Amino acid sequence: MPQLRQKILVLYLHTPALDSNVVAWSMYDGTGGTNPTTGDSDKPPYNSVVEAMQHGWRVVQFPQQFPAYPGMEYSTSYLRFEYILEKMEKIDD
Amino acid sequence: MIDKTYLLDSKQMAHFVADGYLRFDELIPTALNEAVHAEMEDQGIGRGTAGDPLSEVWPEPSPIGAVFRQPEVQGIIHSLVGPDPLYDHHAVHTVNAGRDVGQHWHADAIIDTRMHFDIQFFYFAHDTPREMGGTMILPGSHYRRVCESDIARYQNFLEQLPVVCKAGTILVVHHGIWHCAQPNQTDRMRYMFKLRLNPTVRQMCLWNTDDLDDPSIPGILNKNHKWYGNDVRLEIVNRIKFWRFLIGDDKFDVGYWMGRLENLPENVLEAA
Repeated sequence: MPQLRQKILVLYLHTPALDSNVVAWSMYDGTGGTNPTTGDSDKPPYNSVVEAMQHGWRVVQFPQQFPAYPGMEYSTSYLRFEYILEKMEKIDD
Repeated sequence: MIDKTYLLDSKQMAHFVADGYLRFDELIPTALNEAVHAEMEDQGIGRGTAGDPLSEVWPEPSPIGAVFRQPEVQGIIHSLVGPDPLYDHHAVHTVNAGRDVGQHWHADAIIDTRMHFDIQFFYFAHDTPREMGGTMILPGSHYRRVCESDIARYQNFLEQLPVVCKAGTILVVHHGIWHCAQPNQTDRMRYMFKLRLNPTVRQMCLWNTDDLDDPSIPGILNKNHKWYGNDVRLEIVNRIKFWRFLIGDDKFDVGYWMGRLENLPENVLEAA
């Protein structure tokens, strides 16, 4: 009987706008069909979150935006505009 | 006194400030590469004690010691951390034949808020084609304040750079640069020798500064890395601050990014 499994796509954008360009990306595959890893692609799978949505991906988390902490205004750290998307796929169990 | 011709120049230093690394292809002679490769295969490279002078760690006739006594390598070391740096640690990094999983992205050690900086050498003693890896780095990531594998969720970035190189190639990187070992799809073990060094002198104008006023330097410091996205201007501020530290000039600026922020007039006009 077919079962549903989750695939997770994480897209990091140029700005918080969902139609801005992807600058980094990750994939985690709960179907077990693929094993994505670091450095496995030079081009993002989609150019924006909106384009991924047009291919059936559902946005499940938006990045929160916070003003910089005092004294940290010019520090950089993690990629700030991280969108998490999912797609449910059937597997044969 | 080191021969000035072996020192880095100001343009190379500006690239180090902007990118967090410098690359020297096929710098080490073949015989030495082969000797070090054999030394790594035999697990024959001795470990020093953190904080010891590098000059005391691998005396002659150690092949790995000879690599870091090459005048070209001494020039790189002198330019970045001064003439007599301390050994921090080294590692013989290996990726087994047929390993198809990449290492998680990470920055070494822990969050490091110093302007003073350590360097790490990545030395590739044998040819490293893409199917063998090699080490992937993310140019321009060195100012990011992260703790080691906090960045492990990331897999790919625009402009990520796998080090694909011939034997004898050396990268020297700022301690903060993000990197990860790549899968090895060959039938041979892959080696990469890493060495971290600490400065013992103030890191100011240690390189050949004859071209310090070269007009191309502001442009080098102003370049973008596509993965920055909207943070590029913040990264340029980081570079300006670092360049000021390196040249000892707290007025240096690129594109007026700092000058605008530092304009705090206090002169009060008399009432008309």
